[in-house]
Amino acid sequence: MSESIALSHDAHPAGRGLTRWIKTTNHKDIGTLYLLFSLIMFFIGGAMAMVIRAELFEPGLQFVNPGFYNQLVTMHGLIMVFGAVMPAFVGLANWMIPLMIGAPDMALPRLNNWSFWILPFAFTLLLLTLFLPGGGPEGGWTLYVPYSLELGYSFPFLIFAIHLMGISSVLGGINIIVTILNMRAPGMTLMKMPLFVWAWLITAYLLVAVMPVLAGGVTMQLFDHFFGTHFFSVAGGGSPLLWENVFWFFGHPEVYIMILPAFGIISEIVPTFSRKPLFGRTSMIYALASIAFLSFIVWGHHMFTSGMPVSADLFFMFSTMLIAVPTGVKIFNWIATMWKGALTFEVPMLFAIAFIVLFTIGGFSGVMLALAPADFQYHNSYFVVAHLHYVLVTGAVFAIMAAVYYWLPKWTGHRYSEFWGKVHFWVSVISVNVLYFPMHFLGLAGMPRRVPDYAVQFTDLNMISSIGAFVFGSAQLIFVAIIFATIYGGKKAEARAWEGAHGLEWTVPSPAPYHTFSSPPEVMG
Amino acid sequence: MKKKWLHAAWCTSLLAAITMPTLWAANLYNLPHGVTPVSHAIYGLSMMAFWIMCGIAVVVFGAITWSIIFHRRSRHPKPADFHENTVLEIVWTVIPFLILIAMAIPAARVLIRAENVHHSELTVEVTGYQWLWRYTYPRWKINIYSRLADSSLRIAPLHSGRSPYSTPHYLHAVTHPLVLPVGEKVRLLITSKDVIHSWWVPDLGVQMDANPGLVNSIWVKILKPGTYRGQCNQICGWGHAYMPIVVVAKPKAQFLSWVKHWRKRHPQALSPATTPDP
Ligand SMILES: [Cu+2]
Repeated sequence: MSESIALSHDAHPAGRGLTRWIKTTNHKDIGTLYLLFSLIMFFIGGAMAMVIRAELFEPGLQFVNPGFYNQLVTMHGLIMVFGAVMPAFVGLANWMIPLMIGAPDMALPRLNNWSFWILPFAFTLLLLTLFLPGGGPEGGWTLYVPYSLELGYSFPFLIFAIHLMGISSVLGGINIIVTILNMRAPGMTLMKMPLFVWAWLITAYLLVAVMPVLAGGVTMQLFDHFFGTHFFSVAGGGSPLLWENVFWFFGHPEVYIMILPAFGIISEIVPTFSRKPLFGRTSMIYALASIAFLSFIVWGHHMFTSGMPVSADLFFMFSTMLIAVPTGVKIFNWIATMWKGALTFEVPMLFAIAFIVLFTIGGFSGVMLALAPADFQYHNSYFVVAHLHYVLVTGAVFAIMAAVYYWLPKWTGHRYSEFWGKVHFWVSVISVNVLYFPMHFLGLAGMPRRVPDYAVQFTDLNMISSIGAFVFGSAQLIFVAIIFATIYGGKKAEARAWEGAHGLEWTVPSPAPYHTFSSPPEVMG
Repeated sequence: MKKKWLHAAWCTSLLAAITMPTLWAANLYNLPHGVTPVSHAIYGLSMMAFWIMCGIAVVVFGAITWSIIFHRRSRHPKPADFHENTVLEIVWTVIPFLILIAMAIPAARVLIRAENVHHSELTVEVTGYQWLWRYTYPRWKINIYSRLADSSLRIAPLHSGRSPYSTPHYLHAVTHPLVLPVGEKVRLLITSKDVIHSWWVPDLGVQMDANPGLVNSIWVKILKPGTYRGQCNQICGWGHAYMPIVVVAKPKAQFLSWVKHWRKRHPQALSPATTPDP
């Protein structure tokens, strides 16, 4: 801690130009790097989604071969999860947590630099596989064995890339925990912490708990592939189901790693634009913790069709359904916060409301999927694709966009254009539903996921969905244009950019100076 | 006054714009009711869950809409200051919990029934390969290799220049279907010889993974003669989209005569243990 305070007396970046960004230990610089990296990955993964939707526009193959299609599906998943959504949240954590708890920087600034700079290497490795003979990994982001073990040159690249992502996440998680527990301004007790900080504290524990599980799992795959072990082959005494269990023991908490910070963001934005305090702070915190705990005991709901015994199916069905309770508590609390407020609908609030509504729809399909026998029909169909995109795109990604609009004045010192922000919002929110809502029906009608071609009765809804995808994809160019326009110009933003906003981040000037809270602030209330 | 009327009209048309296509699609594209007791039960469960979710949606989205309309600053400039209410928190914890229990009980019942493979009258082994299915009837030493039909195979490749509409059941037609008797409880033993596949026929309410080296069992009792189509539902490589499943259900007598015919045409009966891989 003493070192970071000493650093903070230096009012200027450590270097100029590129070296500034490579050598930086400043939480704001690193936050910016994470966010820009995530934006680039969002567009790479998004471009892959566009090719997928173009191929699915009508039956028959038009653009890509099935093998390359499988690679696109796999890469799209890996990039969006590990490259776009997670780094975006870590970027927001880097920027905002020190500002929200009144700390001069993250607790471990050099580690922070390292955890970011691992990522470009990890994703270069991953993306390079597309240019190898045989192409990239193709078993889906779930990397099920033995399909995954059939991969050629891409396999070791994939495993190594995942290891790097895991190291980056664990280091980032540790840094966030240490920062929150040790660097809060005097008077900022745990229960007084903003909900975004709370959500990230819990998320960071999840990260530290499960990323090593994934690392262990992929290492076992590496050993099976190269060193003759048989963790996953029945002939050698192992089982392919071991991988499914290991993967989903990581994978389900991972899902909450991508949504808990979103819950935190929404809990910041809704009170601001309702001009009313968050309805049930304490129960919101308990709900976060309950969801995090439950996330460790529900992984089997991804495996209802894998042939588990009926007792396991029952257990995972009941535990999964239980998650709906704390999730409901969160949604009811947001609505109660809006109730009898004085609402205004600036762009962050629009995205937040869209989040509440559309994430709830994702929750509905989630409860339906939790019913094990019904899952025998829904499993691996487009119903699942619809569900996961409702919680991840209109959930996590919408929350990230809400956060960007909300804090952009603080980061840049400029106000974004409300008009163009609203254009971006309305085009996105309509097209995203045109994109994903029909997928529910495709799944119910029997269309499997991860296929490049399909029976002709699925054509109409696929066409509608693809049109929605093209519009939604293009709309994100507006988002980028708004961000850069705001960085380079626009109306001056005040320190308290939103009149209803509370919290320490609004007490520092906009843009936030390179070093903030060199001496700890006074915490009221 | 006029503004209020406009508001109502706008809301109603928006609501209609959302619900009408939804109901249209929900009607056209829904889970099949299917032809087995399990598929019927799953259909009922799914519809029950769907309507409960619709009910919750009306309450939750209704409250949000109400708040958006009536608690906007232009109408409600002075925000209230209430927060923290333990009674309310308990209420909205307990009510969802009770609703979930109401769904969990029938779901558990269907699950236990769907997974009870005892007392079957016929056993068929289902083996997944990249990319076809093999069906083996141990009782009659029948082996059927079921691949994507040529009619689809000609159309499928990139730049084939042929239309998927030019054949019936594009990607859902096979060389030889699985033939099953109507009204009998048939046990399917599902496994794979390479990667994980999944045997999924929506009309039968069955989806079960085919794991290499492990055997999963599931049962079907088809109540109506007919042809039922599905496909592999676990990404399994290049040909994942090209391993359809077709089940033809015949009345008992016709089924037995099909067995006789098949054996006559394929005299080289093999024991399942020595069945060759394709
Ligand atoms: Cu398959």
